[in-house]
Amino acid sequence: MSQDVESKVKAIIVDKLGVDEEEVTHEANFTNDLGADSLDTVELIMEFEKEFDISIPDEDAENIATVGNAVEYLQDKV
Amino acid sequence: MELSLNGKTALVTGGSRGIGRFIAVTLADLGADVTITYVSSADAANEVKAEIESKGRRAKAIQADAVSYEKAERVISEITADWEKLDILVNNAGITRDNLILRMNEEQWDEVIDTNLKSVFNYSKAAAKPMMRNRGGSIINISSVVGLSGNAGQSNYAASKAGIIGFTKSYAKELASRSIRANVVAPGYITTEMTGELDDNILEGIKEETPLGRPGEAEEVAHTVAFLASDLSSYITGEIIRVDGGLAM
Repeated sequence: MSQDVESKVKAIIVDKLGVDEEEVTHEANFTNDLGADSLDTVELIMEFEKEFDISIPDEDAENIATVGNAVEYLQDKV
Repeated sequence: MELSLNGKTALVTGGSRGIGRFIAVTLADLGADVTITYVSSADAANEVKAEIESKGRRAKAIQADAVSYEKAERVISEITADWEKLDILVNNAGITRDNLILRMNEEQWDEVIDTNLKSVFNYSKAAAKPMMRNRGGSIINISSVVGLSGNAGQSNYAASKAGIIGFTKSYAKELASRSIRANVVAPGYITTEMTGELDDNILEGIKEETPLGRPGEAEEVAHTVAFLASDLSSYITGEIIRVDGGLAM
């Protein structure tokens, strides 16, 4: 299950940001490493919400800055 | 080339009366499915809904004040749940509580700023997500020439309407990369229930000051809104269009 969350999260990031899979490491920061602008990060959160059928409050979304943050947050919620 | 809104869905806040009613009906005339919100005039809102449905379009009338963000989000969720998307948002809801600044109380100030300006933030924010998902949208915010030039006795109203202009330009810049456009329509003196409260002397003065020599009709505002809602205006964003017979030029 946790592997599943991680691969889904990475697939969304690859698709949304148009980056290579190898770049999407655990530590990669959406803005600094993967070239996301501020709206891209909002869209990523929207995609996570849709994929995992959950609602991510703005307070939580602000703390999701890296691939690892997203995977851990979503593993916790799903 | 034809002005068509076929296949588009729209939300008009404060759409049961006044200019909002004409905007809602005009958008439906051009092919859009239209939701209106209203606060107290349920009968009038249901009439507008029936009129839209009589044109073969889908319609909703939802009771929701414009001041609460949570309600704005609920209204927009209902639209996207049932109609899948939201293409057009017209922030039209507005009130006046006129008074000279020296006599104006806090309540009159707050009520006007909340209803006229905070509401624009609420609905525009709530509409952004579905519009981003849909890769486009058009937001039209109804300001007033009073927001451009000020008006004695209407400092609260003028401030709210000027605020809408600054908000709209910021919104247009933030969301332009997602093909979401945001524009302002600034009506002058339009014959509605709101201006019906003005006395005859003032109305005569308006006629004299307005180069076109008459008050405007609500349909004339609605036509401009329809243009901005449509793809005919696809390269226009962050713009203010006065519909005022030349009053504020």
